[in-house]
Amino acid sequence: MAFDRTAHKYLRKNFKMPTIWCSGCGIGIILGSIFKALEDLNMTGDNTVFVGGIGCSSRIPFYVDFDALHTTHGRPIAFATGVKFAKPDLNVVVVAGDGDTAAIGGNHFIHACRRNIDITLIVINNKIYGMTGGQYSPTTKSGEKTTTSPYGHIERSFDISKLAAAAGATYVARSSVYHVTHLDKIIKEAFAHKGMSVVEIMSPCWTTHGRRNRFKTPVEMYKWLKDNMIPLNAWEKLPEDKRAGKIPYGVFVNKKDIPEYCEAYYEHIIKPNLNKKRRDFSEDIEAMKIKLEIKAKEGWHV
Amino acid sequence: MRGPTEKELEGYTSPVYVYRAWCKGCGICVEFCPKNVLEIDDQNKCAVVRPQDCIKCKLCQLRCPDFAIIVDDGK
Ligand SMILES: Cc1ncc(C[n+]2csc(CCOP(=O)(O)OP(=O)(O)O)c2C)c(N)n1
Ligand code: SF4
Ligand code: SF4
Ligand code: SF4
Ligand SMILES: [Mg+2]
Repeated sequence: MAFDRTAHKYLRKNFKMPTIWCSGCGIGIILGSIFKALEDLNMTGDNTVFVGGIGCSSRIPFYVDFDALHTTHGRPIAFATGVKFAKPDLNVVVVAGDGDTAAIGGNHFIHACRRNIDITLIVINNKIYGMTGGQYSPTTKSGEKTTTSPYGHIERSFDISKLAAAAGATYVARSSVYHVTHLDKIIKEAFAHKGMSVVEIMSPCWTTHGRRNRFKTPVEMYKWLKDNMIPLNAWEKLPEDKRAGKIPYGVFVNKKDIPEYCEAYYEHIIKPNLNKKRRDFSEDIEAMKIKLEIKAKEGWHV
Repeated sequence: MRGPTEKELEGYTSPVYVYRAWCKGCGICVEFCPKNVLEIDDQNKCAVVRPQDCIKCKLCQLRCPDFAIIVDDGK
């Protein structure tokens, strides 16, 4: 008997199992897809770093046996930008929730897309603040019940993929934890893409969302994804009135001709200055020291 | 390597193996198995009840959020 043990190989060695996620939560399925992509693309702890924010989704980096940053809520993309900028040879992967990405971290998100920095952002969209017990998020649909919208949500929701595309990300795709073979494919493509890649993954949170919206079990939510997510080519042929309540999935953007940020920075800022003689500041520093000493003697606090 | 040890897998002949220590009994594998091979048992864990019907499609393994189910990939 030969079993495929890829996940068991990449799981962090010294971390408690089973995972902290609730029974039936989709986040573990996404972690499994990530493991397969790491294996297929030869990504190792020497060339890859994971960055998470705060939330159930952002727990993923805890389980990958690579170096990882556990950052603050909303800021993983900012930290990841720093990592990538300092070490452009690394593969940098951010895993964040819909709240992390589109609420508190919304500006980091759109501006990373605009810059086209070579980071892979995996957004786990469960349409809710899972970790804090089920407050509505920017992706909660109108009418849905949450702890902060007990009468049904009166706001409209963000479309994360459309937002990423409009902001300038050069790879944008959506999938779900039901559509696992498709999910495997787009995570791999996103990892391999040079430039800002955004993968939005619809993932049920029964504990804080489904339960309050007439889903009897987590499995019912997976059936909903199966019945209501439509491949992009079929979606494009669908008349407007048949689209309500459905979600298209597929690759929305895949551009290869836009300069990547770190490369552009090297080309236009670092390279022209490589052999330039630096100004010698030592005389100025000495002059400054003398001034400060005089001031100190005069009784100034410096 | 995490999960079951080589020793635990030794002599196992069914094409599907469930690592009970990690199974949370969510039933996703049971619901979407095309051949109805799996069931949730009285301890709320996945059980391989009709191994002879398994077509090794691996869909259960791909959809298990807990890395608790592995399928023979014939390699
Ligand atoms: C600065 C800051 N504000 C608020 C919180 C509280 N908080 C923790 S997780 C979270 C939201 C999580 O939602 P999401 O990003 O969608 O992740 P999920 O848990 O749903 O995966 C919030 C508001 C925090 N930790 N830090
Ligand atoms: S609260 Fe929701 S998102 Fe968090 S682990 Fe549980 S099911 Fe998953
Ligand atoms: S491999 Fe396919 S047929 Fe076999 S148990 Fe899993 S889902 Fe069912
Ligand atoms: S999908 Fe995994 S955790 Fe859920 S019942 Fe099946 S084996 Fe257990
Ligand atoms: Mg969320």
